[in-house]
Amino acid sequence: MAPPAQTNRSPSPSQPSGKSEVTDLKLQLRQLAGSRLPGVDDSKRELFKKVISYMTIGIDVSSVFGEMVMCSATSDIVLKKMCYLYVGNYAKVNPDLALLTINFLQRDCKDEDPMIRGLALRSLSSLNVANLVEYLVGPLNSGLKDNNSYVRMVAVIGVLKLYHISASTCTDADFPAVLKHLLLNDQDTQVVANCLLALQEIWSGEASTSEEALRERETLLSKPVIYYLLNRIKEFSEWAQCLVLDLVVKYVPSDSNEIFNIMNLLEDRLQHANGAVVLATAKVFLHMTLSMTDVHQQVYERIKAPLLTLVSSGSPEQSYAVLSHLHLLVMRAPYVFSSDYKHFYCQYNEPSYVKKLKLEMLTAVANESNTYEIVTELCEYAANVDIPIARESIRAVGKIALQQYDVNAIVDRLLQFLEMEKDYVTAEALVLVKDLLRKYPQWSQDCIAVVGNISSQNVQEPKAKAALIWMLGEYSQDMSDSPYILESLTENWDEEHSPEVRLHLLTAVMKCFFKRPPETQKALGAALAAGLADLHQDVHDRALFYYRLLQHNVTVAERVVNPPKQAVSVFADTQSSEVKDRIFDEFNSLSVVYQKPSYMFTDKEHRGPFEFSDELGNLSIGTESNVPAHVVEANDKDLLLSTSEKEEIRGAGTNGSAYTAPSYDSSLISIATQAQPDLAISNAEVAGLSPQSSLAIDDLLGLGLPAVPAPAPSPPPLKLNARAVLDPGTFQQKWRQLPLSVSEELSLSPQGAAALTTPQALLRHMQGHSVHCIASGGQSPNFKFFFFAQKAEESSIFLVECKINTSSAKAQITIKADDQSMSQAFSTLFQSALSKFGTS
Amino acid sequence: MISQFFVLSQRGDNIVFRDYRGEVQKASAEIFFRKVKFWKEDGEEEAPPVFNVDGVNYFHVKVVGLLFVATTRVNVSPSLVLELLQRIARVIKDYLGVLNEDSLRKNFVLVYELLDEVIDFGYVQTTSTELLKSYVFNEPLVVDAARLQPLNPAAIFMQGTKRMPGTAVTKSVVANEPGGRKREEIFVDIIEKISVTFSSSGYILTSEIDGTIQMKSYLSGNPEIRLALNEDLSIGRGDYRSSFGSGSVILDDCNFHESVRLDNFDTDRTLTLVPPDGEFPVMNYRMTQEFKPPFRINTLIEEAGALKAEVILKVSAEFPSSITANTIIVQMPLPKYTTRVNFELEPGALGQTTDFKEANRRLEWGLKKIVGGSEHTLRAKLTFSQEFHGNITKESGPVSATFTIPMYNASRLQVKYLQIAKKSSAYNPYRWVRYVTQANSYVARM
Repeated sequence: MAPPAQTNRSPSPSQPSGKSEVTDLKLQLRQLAGSRLPGVDDSKRELFKKVISYMTIGIDVSSVFGEMVMCSATSDIVLKKMCYLYVGNYAKVNPDLALLTINFLQRDCKDEDPMIRGLALRSLSSLNVANLVEYLVGPLNSGLKDNNSYVRMVAVIGVLKLYHISASTCTDADFPAVLKHLLLNDQDTQVVANCLLALQEIWSGEASTSEEALRERETLLSKPVIYYLLNRIKEFSEWAQCLVLDLVVKYVPSDSNEIFNIMNLLEDRLQHANGAVVLATAKVFLHMTLSMTDVHQQVYERIKAPLLTLVSSGSPEQSYAVLSHLHLLVMRAPYVFSSDYKHFYCQYNEPSYVKKLKLEMLTAVANESNTYEIVTELCEYAANVDIPIARESIRAVGKIALQQYDVNAIVDRLLQFLEMEKDYVTAEALVLVKDLLRKYPQWSQDCIAVVGNISSQNVQEPKAKAALIWMLGEYSQDMSDSPYILESLTENWDEEHSPEVRLHLLTAVMKCFFKRPPETQKALGAALAAGLADLHQDVHDRALFYYRLLQHNVTVAERVVNPPKQAVSVFADTQSSEVKDRIFDEFNSLSVVYQKPSYMFTDKEHRGPFEFSDELGNLSIGTESNVPAHVVEANDKDLLLSTSEKEEIRGAGTNGSAYTAPSYDSSLISIATQAQPDLAISNAEVAGLSPQSSLAIDDLLGLGLPAVPAPAPSPPPLKLNARAVLDPGTFQQKWRQLPLSVSEELSLSPQGAAALTTPQALLRHMQGHSVHCIASGGQSPNFKFFFFAQKAEESSIFLVECKINTSSAKAQITIKADDQSMSQAFSTLFQSALSKFGTS
Repeated sequence: MISQFFVLSQRGDNIVFRDYRGEVQKASAEIFFRKVKFWKEDGEEEAPPVFNVDGVNYFHVKVVGLLFVATTRVNVSPSLVLELLQRIARVIKDYLGVLNEDSLRKNFVLVYELLDEVIDFGYVQTTSTELLKSYVFNEPLVVDAARLQPLNPAAIFMQGTKRMPGTAVTKSVVANEPGGRKREEIFVDIIEKISVTFSSSGYILTSEIDGTIQMKSYLSGNPEIRLALNEDLSIGRGDYRSSFGSGSVILDDCNFHESVRLDNFDTDRTLTLVPPDGEFPVMNYRMTQEFKPPFRINTLIEEAGALKAEVILKVSAEFPSSITANTIIVQMPLPKYTTRVNFELEPGALGQTTDFKEANRRLEWGLKKIVGGSEHTLRAKLTFSQEFHGNITKESGPVSATFTIPMYNASRLQVKYLQIAKKSSAYNPYRWVRYVTQANSYVARM
């Protein structure tokens, strides 16, 4: 309701300023209060309406409280309702006057008409005045026992309201127990649904202080309660069905039979016209089958068509919500959707937030068979009048090029973009060509020919200009006039506003100088002079650095500035897989729309009214229950920070600078940072301090895990220290510094893939082989681990990143080592240990 | 669970404001409106339906120019809230007959009454117009529907067919007719939105039909209804493969309203339901099977001298002459140096308008109606402010069209019969079964 205190709102001509009108109303109401003339109710209605309309637009009408209460002695239900609405709005700020209403509300709670009883009870419980709660307990008690379901429905919500006004009054009156009884016994499904939501809120609120509430909250997830609700699910309203389904998601079935039974029971919910019901059902299906890889894939297939139907029926807003979820699924399992790519084509009249999602989906589903069509379609958008989308489309083409192996056709398209003579198209395409060259140096000849024709005057956007300059420097031996273009750019140094471009210009001139010294010498001198005089600190520093480096030794300078480069194999993903998994855990919530886990946008107490599966859901990530709150908060901030940092680093990296650490690394660092709190736990487990407790957790999950395997008997030539220690900071530092020694893909034994249902299972196994885990995460089928090992009796350390996909039973390992000569031996050892997983 | 619900006018005035839980600041409506009005993030011009400002999540749907908004601090299901907002709009429309700013303002007390029953303490209690009837007592003040612009897909029938009672679709479910007794009638609308993309050579790149069988019942006593669809209807086709010529109607997928029983659906394609009061979709369906598009659009753009070009647009209606399409608008983005456009309509053209929207350099051609089988052409001479290099066809288009075709459906999905369980032999309510096809995204590339 409109704020009573908000009188400073500037009054528009159509909105009365208030004062005199309110006084006027007050007088008129007073006259009518005692009147018993025929037709008086109609006049009252008109006046009440006026009061409420003032209330809506924000005029303070609390001063007529007394008169409203006096007038409310009537049998006219419309009048009563308006009065209740008014009272509910102003009671909180007028507790004294609210007392006046108690009398008639209590009387109405005993009315013959159940409608009036319900209404009065709702108003009484909405007064929200702490010192009036004593008057509420009695009516609520009788309301819960009322023979009319409407009154019971209202009373149950009333209990919840009471809990929020005074938790102790609510629990002292033993209301939760009454609700629990109603939950399992009431005939009316809306009463049951209200009990469910009220109990969830109450017990979640109490759980932090009371063991009993914690237990009670768990009983909501017990088999009898879940089955009782599931068996009646069709009797519930569609909204209550969502509530029940949200509860079922958290239920842990005892075996796969149970899972199939539940899914069979719920399958027709996927045909519901209400998108919320379908998504809630999809969530149940997806989460229950997480550990059953094949079935999980079938679930994707099963929910695909209903979700696509929801996207195309309903309002644009509704389809956006569903599309966001589809987007998440496409990102997780692109191959399931690869033949549905046409559904993700943009329509010209769609809002840009929808088009953006679709472009990302098109990028993700592109594979050998459909790339040609998808890229053709994207090229249409690139010529579109909608410039932001045209830009996104070009970027999408570039991303596809970077993820495909066969890029011939795409490179041609990109080069055509450069010839389109639209400045923004050229700009985007330049950036892409540059990225492409870093991955596929073999294309340089073709690209350089086209890039050489672009006049640098036509490129204004800093990112594009920087990309062009980078190419001019990097490929100056192949572009005949590059020294002269760089020279003319240097001459216009002062007109170049972007420091980023000036930095790149410095480097490019240097590179060009090493390749074609006589032609560039003049430009280099000019660039260094301009750079040294530059007001921007970084530009100045870089110029000075180059200058001194050249002074010191030109050969060394060349090694530093223009070393031979390896092609970049993979560009960093913008989101770590842990974050993605967390979002997937929060399927059917805002996390999916925002593409952020809830802790990034919501206060802890609002993360979801029923979020009590944390302890069960994410063993390695959801550590809230085990770590003091402030630690988690700090970690959240770390994560936020590292994400944004990572993006910056990546930005710099993709801008062609040869010496920033490969962006790939920065994403790893952020993962390691994020995983820190887990470390405490995994370390504890790894060190064997609490094998009992970790097993208990596994039991809770109902996963039949094999016992901890015995250490491998076959002694390899390389001996590892079984008690190696490494702190995460050192790990990160080393990971950043050390060069890559070994990168391999290997297959896991089928048993191994099957046994890997949580990261913990593998951790224990590897521990047995003296390989220790520093961070782990992920969820079936994708897991990611960071291991380390130490050579026995030496300080030499090996670092491993290991990505495992259990559905394809493939593992990808990347090894870095202090002692490069031993890395192959270590790799063999690591692989043999990994291949034994699940078999011993 | 939501915290607040409010309805804002286009200018941002509060028409209705209900705070259910007091967890979000009172000024949320202003914060919301400012954010939506000045939305510009990464070049996006339109605010998405869900966004977060300082920990408060704002959800909104636009209905007839009004903003229906909900706020919450909790990480709720976005589908649930957006669906709810849409449903609230529908319930209000069921009650008021017509939903617009005027009718809302006149009936805001009734709307508050509805809102109190729909949501309690932020939780949905019921959105069934039927159930709400027993709790809601205000009588709607019906605004004059005749003066109003058509607001919903169903409203288009008001102009098209004479047989339809004009007030039918704007009738409140609770208000009585002036005569005092209600007319027994039921409306079934088959509304199809079609999307087609033609390649520059006129070949169909993608096509899709999104259909709804919409029902609005004014039958007293809730009789059971049987709705029979084509017997050759089949459902379930995962992908975009076309299977032309099989003759049968193949839906990719469909979903149903919760009142629909599908006991006989597999055997004889009949739906059984007891229709609740108010308007609701019986069934939504989606089809990517190939179909004959109702219009062909041919475009030609040719340079005619240094600073001139000519555009020829031709629209051919490829449906039977017994059918007439309404309110056709053809749009085409022109090269960005276009400064002037001279139009030349075909001789004797009636009810056609042409316009050059200078702000976004777009040509607009409006046709009041097109009879099936006919063909219409527009010539436009463009003048440019500067010389042009590059490909002129790449600088213009694609051409898009919007239209409405009553009594036509592209999917050939049909309601074979509509059976109402009889109360007595004299009971014979009016049944209206109507078809309409609208363009969703109808695009011809150049």
